[in-house]
Amino acid sequence: MGMTITEKIIADHSGLKEVHPGQFVYANVDICLGNDITAPIAIEEFEKTGISKVFDPEKIVLVPDHFTPSKDIKSAQQSKILRLFAEKHHLKHYFEIGRMGIEHALLPEQGIVGPGDLVIGADSHTCTYGALGAFSTGVGSTDLAACFATGKVWLKVPEAMKFVFHGKVKNWTSGKDLILYTIGKIGVDGALYKAMEFTGSAISHLPMDDRFAMCNMAIEAGAKSGIIAPDKNTEGYIKDRFKRKPVIYQSDPDCNYARIHEFHADEISPQVALPNLPENTKPVEEVSGIKIDQVVIGSCTNGRISDLRIAARILKGKKAHPSLRLIIFPATQEIYKQALQEGLIETFIDAEAVVSTPTCGPCLGGHMGILAEGERALSTTNRNFVGRMGHPKSEIYLCSPAVAAASAITGEITPPDEIIKN
Amino acid sequence: MKGKCWKFGHNINTDEIIPARYLNTTDTKELATHCMEDADPDFMKKIKAGDIIVAGDNFGCGSSREHAPIAIKAARISCVIAKSFARIFFRNAINIGLPIFECPEAAEQIREGDEIEVNLTSGEVLNHTSKKRFKFEPFPREMQEIIQAGGLMNFVKKKINVA
Repeated sequence: MGMTITEKIIADHSGLKEVHPGQFVYANVDICLGNDITAPIAIEEFEKTGISKVFDPEKIVLVPDHFTPSKDIKSAQQSKILRLFAEKHHLKHYFEIGRMGIEHALLPEQGIVGPGDLVIGADSHTCTYGALGAFSTGVGSTDLAACFATGKVWLKVPEAMKFVFHGKVKNWTSGKDLILYTIGKIGVDGALYKAMEFTGSAISHLPMDDRFAMCNMAIEAGAKSGIIAPDKNTEGYIKDRFKRKPVIYQSDPDCNYARIHEFHADEISPQVALPNLPENTKPVEEVSGIKIDQVVIGSCTNGRISDLRIAARILKGKKAHPSLRLIIFPATQEIYKQALQEGLIETFIDAEAVVSTPTCGPCLGGHMGILAEGERALSTTNRNFVGRMGHPKSEIYLCSPAVAAASAITGEITPPDEIIKN
Repeated sequence: MKGKCWKFGHNINTDEIIPARYLNTTDTKELATHCMEDADPDFMKKIKAGDIIVAGDNFGCGSSREHAPIAIKAARISCVIAKSFARIFFRNAINIGLPIFECPEAAEQIREGDEIEVNLTSGEVLNHTSKKRFKFEPFPREMQEIIQAGGLMNFVKKKINVA
């Protein structure tokens, strides 16, 4: 019996020839990650052990991105813990504001993670790096603390589920729509504890930014990880970024999957997930006309340059509807600068949007765009749980940047092809 | 572990267990005061030390925030019984020593307010109100080692022989 790409990566990082689903391993970690919410607990736990040195100062990444630039005194204290720890242990990858970005856009962009890596992060969306052909999974603060000390993580080898997307994606359908559609089909625990492997001709043609958006939301189906085997697109992306030698893994033809789902990409419209779970998806045509108070474009799911380009293409020469607030936040400083150079930021400002510095802020109801009671947001973020973006009696609809931009113009949920006819 | 049950539905997420607006602190007592706030705003007023949370599928889905099991533990909830747990919440609970049990039958049949007792050695949930017993599967050996060490950090210290 062959192995899946996930099993191969875990086996190689555990010093084993092969591993099987359900097996416990202590795996060596290439990169571990924490942010201003999760790392303070990890640092406290690490320091309690009395161990004086971290396992490797080049393999720990700290990004204060959630409540930064610090929104209040308490948040400032949290970020200070990261800063002092990074100084004390001479961490190579500490990203201060002004040099930073939302962690899951930043790490691939900066070439810190790459194909074949085993990555853990004390942030649930760490599964994003699966788009590079890495095994990458979210863990908690104590896991991160243990990794600071040992460079290892305990893992139960996951079963894999294969998702084959045949055909070609339709106009205005993006990676975000494919993953929302998938979660709608299998539910928010449809891939619980499993590795989701995305493949098929539609995936082969999918740009990297869309692949990141897909793997990013694997956690929203309960998965341990999402993964796409590296190909020419991946090679193109990591060239000039990733400095270590990439290790390319592929699933064996005779490997075992717990389940295989086959979808036809050309039948998938842009999707909208209705409150209060990402599984409540509907094609945009079926929910058009719902009035909205705030549109948010950005986050670790959809704050990358191609997301901003799509939004700008739709918003060009138009204004946000007077009844709503439009907030756009590029995911990293590099993306921000690129958007500036391409004139996208000017388009957004002309459209009367707020353009924010990179931060996770609004996505988790932290700061920079909190919802009041009874308000409704349409957002390119990843979760629409009760109270996620503000008041427990506010609502969140999830969608792609194209749907968000089109709807920002009309003030109600709108299919993008009603704004731009192709 | 013995206490009164508080029932919750499916897919109770970490934003409901501890909303992100309170995550600018790691103070466990402060976190506890907001435990389950967005699922039941009166939860902390109603519970007593030792009480038990009983929930449906996928308890703890969403964020990786360890503040979720920390808030539950600091609220002095003795354990959580669910039909199933989201995976990061599951490992966080094991790592910090919050007792959790996957027991679909118990999670379905226990009613809010029932007095129940969990016996770790026999692997049983006993409902004193309905007089029903439910069996649960013990954790795999590797996880039990972490639990017996008193959480992951103690386990790590033992393993690398620093303590």
